[in-house]
Amino acid sequence: MITTDILIIGAGPTGLFTVFEAGLLKLKCHLIDALPQPGGQCSEIYPKKPIYDIPAYPEILAGDLTKNLMEQIKQFEPGFTLGERAETIDKQEDGTFIVTTNKGTEHHAKIVAIAGGLGSFEPRKPLIENIINFEDKGVEYIIKEPELYRDKKVVISGGGDSALDWAIFLSDIASEVTLIHRRNEFRGALDSVEKVQELKNLGKINLITPAEVKGILGTDKVTGVVVEKKGEDGFIIDTDHFIPLFGLSPKLGPIGNWGLEIEKNAIKVNNALDYQTNIPGVYAIGDVNTYPGKLKLILCGFHEATLMCQSAFQRIFPDKKYVMKYTTVGGVDGFDGTRKEAPKAVVKAIQ
Amino acid sequence: MSLDVNLKITDRNGVTHDIVAPTDMAMNLMEVVRSYELAEEGTIGICGGMAMCASCQCYVKSNHELPEMSDDEDAMLAEAFYVEDNSRLGCQIQITPEINGLEVELAPES
Repeated sequence: MITTDILIIGAGPTGLFTVFEAGLLKLKCHLIDALPQPGGQCSEIYPKKPIYDIPAYPEILAGDLTKNLMEQIKQFEPGFTLGERAETIDKQEDGTFIVTTNKGTEHHAKIVAIAGGLGSFEPRKPLIENIINFEDKGVEYIIKEPELYRDKKVVISGGGDSALDWAIFLSDIASEVTLIHRRNEFRGALDSVEKVQELKNLGKINLITPAEVKGILGTDKVTGVVVEKKGEDGFIIDTDHFIPLFGLSPKLGPIGNWGLEIEKNAIKVNNALDYQTNIPGVYAIGDVNTYPGKLKLILCGFHEATLMCQSAFQRIFPDKKYVMKYTTVGGVDGFDGTRKEAPKAVVKAIQ
Repeated sequence: MSLDVNLKITDRNGVTHDIVAPTDMAMNLMEVVRSYELAEEGTIGICGGMAMCASCQCYVKSNHELPEMSDDEDAMLAEAFYVEDNSRLGCQIQITPEINGLEVELAPES
């Protein structure tokens, strides 16, 4: 079991900055995120978009903001459980919590800070009536183990980078790769589109456009898909796997069942004090929370994270008095043994 | 001259709302829908208005001449669900005097 002081659910900007503020208070953090990499929306949706309202950065790319935050918190050695979704929370008799992910990874923490943004990012599922019956039985929305597809027939659906990249990658592994897209044009990187064209010409990718998968065939597992190509009759393609890659959509997910007070898809918190939820010891910070006058801005998340950490410290150490120090005065002591501090002034008499 | 325009927006429950929207606040249709709370918070404008999520997809019901689609909007609609010939992304439709009387219907949540 993973143990930590503060378990942060969500590794977006607010979650990452929480590690820094907690680190100043000598509190250890671990983060869980459903995405395979830190950064939340900034990494997943708009890494190349500039942000203009981060203090002291007239302009910064969302991806670079994530990179900088990771650099800033490195010294506090946070742990990460990535690619897993926080599923259940169990309060222990001593007031601590055990949070378990959808893959069964258990985390024991004194404090839980939900920094889940708009929620966990779930794959967008195509509108095929029986698709849920085949999930993990040949239908996969995320490719985790490419070896699973070795010498198998694969149908990929979608027109973005993921669909293109995986079609290219699997063309070397699978026995047959079919890429199906609703349009003739693809929105991915130009070199990926050209590579797919090249592989199509070589007969290594079967490209079907403009077309859509409208049905899935099989009993215990996928055996084929029904494809409708514009202007033609529907036809069947035999396949072992159907991989729809239509991006991700945020959902509040299992957190919504944790007994937290929810209002308009967000978690209600005590903003007058410390951003604690109705469950003592569980906080919600950043875009996932709501209170009168709430603004969903990254810089507000940073502020909320800072106040929340002070409250968490008092909850963990009720008898200790913490005196807030500026980092310009107290420096920063990393958990990795590093120390950052302002250079001392040299006082020297002149003869 | 009035700085407001009148819009007819049909929500996801099929209810049509007559909305007055300002043209001098640099708003787009998705932001108007949010400000009038015509769709549940967290279900519209997820990407913040960057044509990257299609949560604000709507069907244009009137004959207004709208600005041409950008490549980003066109590409997003290529991957979205419930797309019809009259689909647009609300976040890409600016509130200008030219859209006075526009009638739209929000596409289902997906």
